Order: sequence, then C-alpha cells, then structure tokens
Amino acid sequence: MNLPTLPDTLREQHSGKGWPLALVGSLLLLVSGLLSWSFDPSILGDISIAFWPASLQLFAMILGAVGVLLALMHRGPLHRLGDWFDTALGLRALGTGSLLFVVFSLVAIASEAGGLVNVNPGGWLALAGALLLTVGARFVPQRQLNSFAKAKANPVLEIVVIVLGMAAILFGAAYVLGRDDPWIFVGFLVMAAVAFMALARAGFFTWMSHVAQRHRHVLTLAAFVVAFLFPFTQDGSDANMSIATQVLIFAATAIGLNIVVGLAGLLDLGYIAFLGSGAYVGAMMSNAASATIGWKPPFIVVMLIGACVAATLGLIIGSPTLRVSGDYLAIVTLAFGEIFRLSMFNLDGNNGPDLTNGPNGIPGIPDLNLFGFDFGKPHTVFGIQLGRFSNYYFILLLLIGFIILVFTRLNNSRIGRGWVAIREDERAAEAMGVNTFGLKLLGFAVGAFLAGLAGTIKAHQDTAASPDQYIFLESAFLLAAVVLGGMGTVAGVLIGATILKLLPEKLRFFSEYRLLLFGLLLVIMMRVRPEGLIASKRRQLEFHEDDEELAQEVQADHLIDAAPEAAR
Amino acid sequence: MTVIDTEVQDGRARPQRGAKVLDAEQVTMRFGGLVAVNKVDFDVHEGEIVGLIGPNGAGKTTFFNCLTGMYKPTSGTVKFYGEVLPPKPRAVVKAGMARTFQNIRLFGNMTALENVMVGRYCRTTSGAITSVLHGPKYRREEAESRSRAQELLDFVGLGKSSELLARNMPYGDQRRLEIARALATDPKLILLDEPTAGMNPLETQQAMDLIFKIRDQGLAVVVIEHDMRFIFQLCDRVLCLVRGEALVWGTPGEVQSDPRVVEAYIGGSELEDDEDEVQA
Repeated sequence: MNLPTLPDTLREQHSGKGWPLALVGSLLLLVSGLLSWSFDPSILGDISIAFWPASLQLFAMILGAVGVLLALMHRGPLHRLGDWFDTALGLRALGTGSLLFVVFSLVAIASEAGGLVNVNPGGWLALAGALLLTVGARFVPQRQLNSFAKAKANPVLEIVVIVLGMAAILFGAAYVLGRDDPWIFVGFLVMAAVAFMALARAGFFTWMSHVAQRHRHVLTLAAFVVAFLFPFTQDGSDANMSIATQVLIFAATAIGLNIVVGLAGLLDLGYIAFLGSGAYVGAMMSNAASATIGWKPPFIVVMLIGACVAATLGLIIGSPTLRVSGDYLAIVTLAFGEIFRLSMFNLDGNNGPDLTNGPNGIPGIPDLNLFGFDFGKPHTVFGIQLGRFSNYYFILLLLIGFIILVFTRLNNSRIGRGWVAIREDERAAEAMGVNTFGLKLLGFAVGAFLAGLAGTIKAHQDTAASPDQYIFLESAFLLAAVVLGGMGTVAGVLIGATILKLLPEKLRFFSEYRLLLFGLLLVIMMRVRPEGLIASKRRQLEFHEDDEELAQEVQADHLIDAAPEAAR
Repeated sequence: MTVIDTEVQDGRARPQRGAKVLDAEQVTMRFGGLVAVNKVDFDVHEGEIVGLIGPNGAGKTTFFNCLTGMYKPTSGTVKFYGEVLPPKPRAVVKAGMARTFQNIRLFGNMTALENVMVGRYCRTTSGAITSVLHGPKYRREEAESRSRAQELLDFVGLGKSSELLARNMPYGDQRRLEIARALATDPKLILLDEPTAGMNPLETQQAMDLIFKIRDQGLAVVVIEHDMRFIFQLCDRVLCLVRGEALVWGTPGEVQSDPRVVEAYIGGSELEDDEDEVQA
C-alpha cells in the first residue's frame, strides 16, 4: 500500500484541509453502512435494508470507525494519543485499503446481482467516503512521535485493550466461520487486512508488543480463555468445529516443527512422518477391529508410547544426519518422510509383519474415552450443545497449551541459548563448550516427540490412519505455516496454520488453484518479509544482518529479553 | 642492538609461578607435504602470561589450534595438567581451557549478558525436562549463570552494557565481551588470539590492564600478538615461531635481544636500512 507520496510543498500548502477531508470520509464510510447497498435482498447476506447493517455494510462501518478513531487521535479529543501513534501513516494506509475494499464490494454486488445498476446509494456513499479518506489522508501531516519505550504503562488500560482485542478475535473467528458465501468471506479478509495494515502503520502493534511483554501471563490467559470459549459460539454446529479441530492439530504440529526449524535452526522436510508414526501407534493400539496390536493400555500410555516411538525415529534419523549441514539434512528428512509413507503402505503382512494393513490403513477407530468421558457423544453445557468435534477441540487445546509451554520454556532456557548460539556461529559455539550435536539432536527429538503426541489424538479424531494422509505435501504445508507465520514464535505459527488450513476449507471453489496461491504467497513473503508475519525479534535480526537501524530499534525497545521471566 | 624500543618490565610484582598448566612436547602438525608446526616445545604455568609471536604464516594459529583441540597434532603431545585431552573443542573447554578468536566471533544477535551466559553452558547441566518444568535445578542454575555472567561483565568493565546487542557494541567492547565469554567457562588457562588487533593505543593499554587482572586471578594466559611493545610489556616468557619452528623461547629480554628474531621479522637487508635510518 505504498502510493507515491506527495511533494512536500503541496502537502504543506494544503495541510489544513487534509484532516477534515479524512474525518468526513471516515464518517461517510461509517454512515454508509446504515444505508441500503443493494435492493436485492437475496445476495451477500442481505445488504438491502437500511439501519440493519450486514456483511459488507458491517465491514465498511468497521473501517469507518477505525478511520474516525485515527482522525480523532490526530486532532481532536484524543489528540494526546497522537503523540504516540503515527496517525497520518495509519490514515493513509486505511484510505487506500478502504478504497480497495469498497471497489471489491461494488464488484461483488455487480457480479452477484448483475451489473452496477444494482448498487443502491449506500454503496456509492461508501465509495465517496473511501475516496475522500484516501485523498484527505494524503494531506494529513505527520506528527512528531514519542518512543513507546518511554511510555508510562497504564496496566488497567492495557489489560482492557488485551481483553477487547481477544474478544474481537473471538467474534471475528465465530463470524467468519459462519459465512459460507465466498464473497463475504473474502470481503472479511480484505477488511481485516486493511484494518490490520492501518493499525500496524500507526504503530499500534509495536505498542501491543510492549504491552504483551509487560502482561505476558494476562495475554496468554486471555488467548486461552478465548480459544476455550470458541466452541460455545458454534452452538453444536459440527461443520465448523471439525475445521477448528483440524486447524488445532495442524497448529500443534506446526509449533512442534517450529522448535526444530525456528529454534534449533534445522530444516526438516519430512516432519509429517512423526505425526504419522504417532497416529499409527494410536491406531494400532486402539479398539478398532482392524487394530494390529492386542495390547490396549489406557490412552495416556498410548500417547506416551506414540510420542516415544516418534522421538526414537527422530533420534535414529537425526544421529547420522545432524553431523552434516543444512541442505543434506533437508534431503535426508525428505527421504525419511517418503520412507515412512512407503513403509506404512507395505507393512501389510505380505512384506514383513502385518502392522498397518497396507494401503487400506486402519479404519473404524472408536472415539476416545477418557475417565468415562466419551468423546463421541455430544454434551450440553450451560444449555449449549457441544458435539463430538468440540470434545476433541478441548483435548487438542490442552495439547497445544502443553506444546506452547515446552516451546517457550525451552526457548528461554540454557538449551534455547545454546540453539541461538549454534544458529549464529556453530564453530564459535562449539569452542565455547556448547554441545552442538547433542543440542541439535535434542531439538529434533523434542519436535518428533510432540508431533507423536498430536498424532495419537489425530488417529482417534480422524477415526482412521492410512498412508495417504502423510504425504510430502503435508510436510510442505507445515513448513509453509512456520515460514509464513514466523520462525521462532508461537503466535506467528498459530496465524500461519490458521491461514493455511482455514482458507482451503472456506474457499472450496478455489481448490484447484490452492497450491498456486500458496506458492505465490510464499514467494511474496520471501521477497517482502522473509522473517514471517509475526517474527521473533531475534529471527528478524538474523534475516537482516545489515540493518543497523533495526538492531538499534530492537535494542532500544528491549525487545530481546535479557532476563527471561523465570529467573527474575 | 635494540630495534624495538620497549621497557622490558612493567614494574609490577609478578606472582610466583605455580604448577605446570599446559605442557606441549615436540608438537608437529603436517598438512600433506607442508609442515606447519615442527617439533615445538611449549609450557605454561599458573599465574603466568606467555606470549606467542612470529611473522605472518609462521604457524602461530595452527599451533594455537593444536593446543585448543581444533586440530589433532600429527605427532607430539599436548598435556593439560598432565593429561592428554581428546581433540574436541568441547572437551578442552570443559577441562578448563578457553579461547577468543582473532576475528571476533560473538553471537551478534544476542545481548552481552546472553553471550556470557552461553559461556556458562558447559558448567551447567539442566536438561530439557527440568527446563520445561522449571524445576529447582533449573532455577538455581539459571540464577547462578545470570549472576556469574553479570559479575564477569563487571570484571571486564562492561557491567552497564549487559542489555546491549553484541553487534551494536563498539569494537573494543566486543573484544572485552569475548574475553568475558571465555572467562565464563571457568578456565584455568585462557588463550587470547590477537586481543588488541585493530585497537588504538588507549584501548591497547586497557586490554593490557585487563590481562594483568585476569592473571592476578591465578589464571594462566597465552597471548598471540603482532604488537611487539605490547607483548614484551605483558609477558613473562615469549615463544617466537618462524616457519613452524621454535626460534627463541625465553624471557622478553632474551627474545628481543636475539638478532634472529629481528631478522625474522624485518629481514636481513631491511634491517641494515633500518639501522642507517636510526643513525641518520
């Protein structure tokens, strides 16, 4: 969203006019949502009724509200906040983005109802608003800013912001999962991206990262509460909960992979094999009719066995290969992933022992039953029905919490420091007494262990384990989630995993171009932001070794924490 | 004929020599047909600063790498407190021998404190499980590492820079930080590879003070250096290597008055030119 900037002289001449224009534009956007956008009630979730905003109207109002907020922070009752946030840049990004959004909306209406004649005044008013905002924002002068490092913390306000943000995420997620119309879905994504960009440009997320640092525990707690509340917003709808559980399994595995890739700095292209080995152990030791192992220990034991099998495989594959450097490791792990799949395909009794039933896999795995709690049956809590997938959702949430705990605590320990040292300069680390080989092997094994844990649950949730679930493409998607989201962070990978798993589910019409789209997305990311959407500051520094400004900034903001919480 | 004009002794009282820390006998390192180091004898005692000099390509760094376990000598033995160490850098560090690098090799994207804490790695043993559970051992070791690292930063004069990223620090401070990181491994012998390369006279003086301070802690110090004035002021004994062979091995006075050293450094004909200039 970088439009060429105006010549300074022109901007200075008209600097007074920019702000009112931007404010009026934002207000128009806000008001337009209350008017009718089209007289056809059958399209786009009914945007024909005035004073009853739906879908696109609602999105326009959100953008308008952000615009009004930024404008009032620049000048007006909230102007003191403008000392901290770059409102001018925010408004500029918002203007361009809103224009994009409104044009998208008009195209949507025209294509659904047959031509632009179907657009009612509300739509045109939104266009006018977005145009005014775009033009006005170009003339809004930038203000002198203070650094957030010097900001006085107001804990109550900060916690309120965290809670509001989390609530917004919860409602957004519930809302977007409920939309089946691809136009609305994409419209929502465009709106969210525009709002995100505008707030990011205004420095809102820099502030948030400071807040997050101060209130780490509150933030974590709030995130888990929101995730916990999510099934209650779905009211027994299993379709969305099924997607949500898939996202969770994918995310849990991706965070495990992020230990290997993001922390230990090892490229693993066959990670899905560890998930698969866990799943196969879960399947073989389940009560399924075709299960091949007679011993049926409690599920907790099965989980541990699955995880240990995966970790052992990790050690076996890792110990000879971790002595070689990056590229070779990638090739060996790639091959390992294929070997795993082919082994599962062939261990059918004709070649070697009958463990996996070959290509048929192990179907009909019964639902989990932990301490008398049957995961297959719906339960009613506070009058809200929670179906089968909700049950799995909760246990996966526990699992992901555990994986995040392992991730962050390892990262902040002696082991985590060793990993950073190895990534920075392996020979120097070795010469300082760091056990480089052992640490790399540990990273590999921990990653495999966690994937194995997730796998045992996945087998029950899928009710089957078969070789074709664990193909190379899945490994590639996991790695893409890590790279896209951000190496070395949890939040980034959660976002990356959600994007990569949710989009294909919601945009079925696009499924043929799915790979093309993701490929393109990754290429763009590599070009624009190689460290991922939400990067760990250290990783960001590693990707920008020459960027002195960034290094000074990170240091001034104390974003690399010299004192992990535990030691304080 | 003193071409290199130095005061030989700095006037400080030198502590008594202690037990033999490092003892290299007849160390030879061959790379194919090239003999990089040839039958060199070398020893260091507790509380002693020993210098290693020689022109470029004399085999100083190769010899250094034989001592620190980067290379396994082709023949000869290197004994540390009477024991031959396995040729693994990690085992050597664990035994109590730490080093710095000629080209600074800090972990640039870590803070100063974290860099030094990495040095504590080999003296701590918290594993993955206690780290994840935040067990008592983890808490104790983490707190110990942190306070020791801060102590060492104070010792080298970087106490206030603990939260700076290593890559943002000035050059001289980076050299000090490297020394602090090496000291964090609790060494009995510290080997400094050109600790004053690229420093101005003031920084060189500070580096010398720091090395004396380290020696006063009872550590043995080996220094490779090009700066003659620096080495003769600093060291108790000096080994001069030329073309892989030990040319002179003695006190600074003996080494700098040895004509072969001057010749090796400056070359015969140039030496005469030099004398002419002095006379003129």
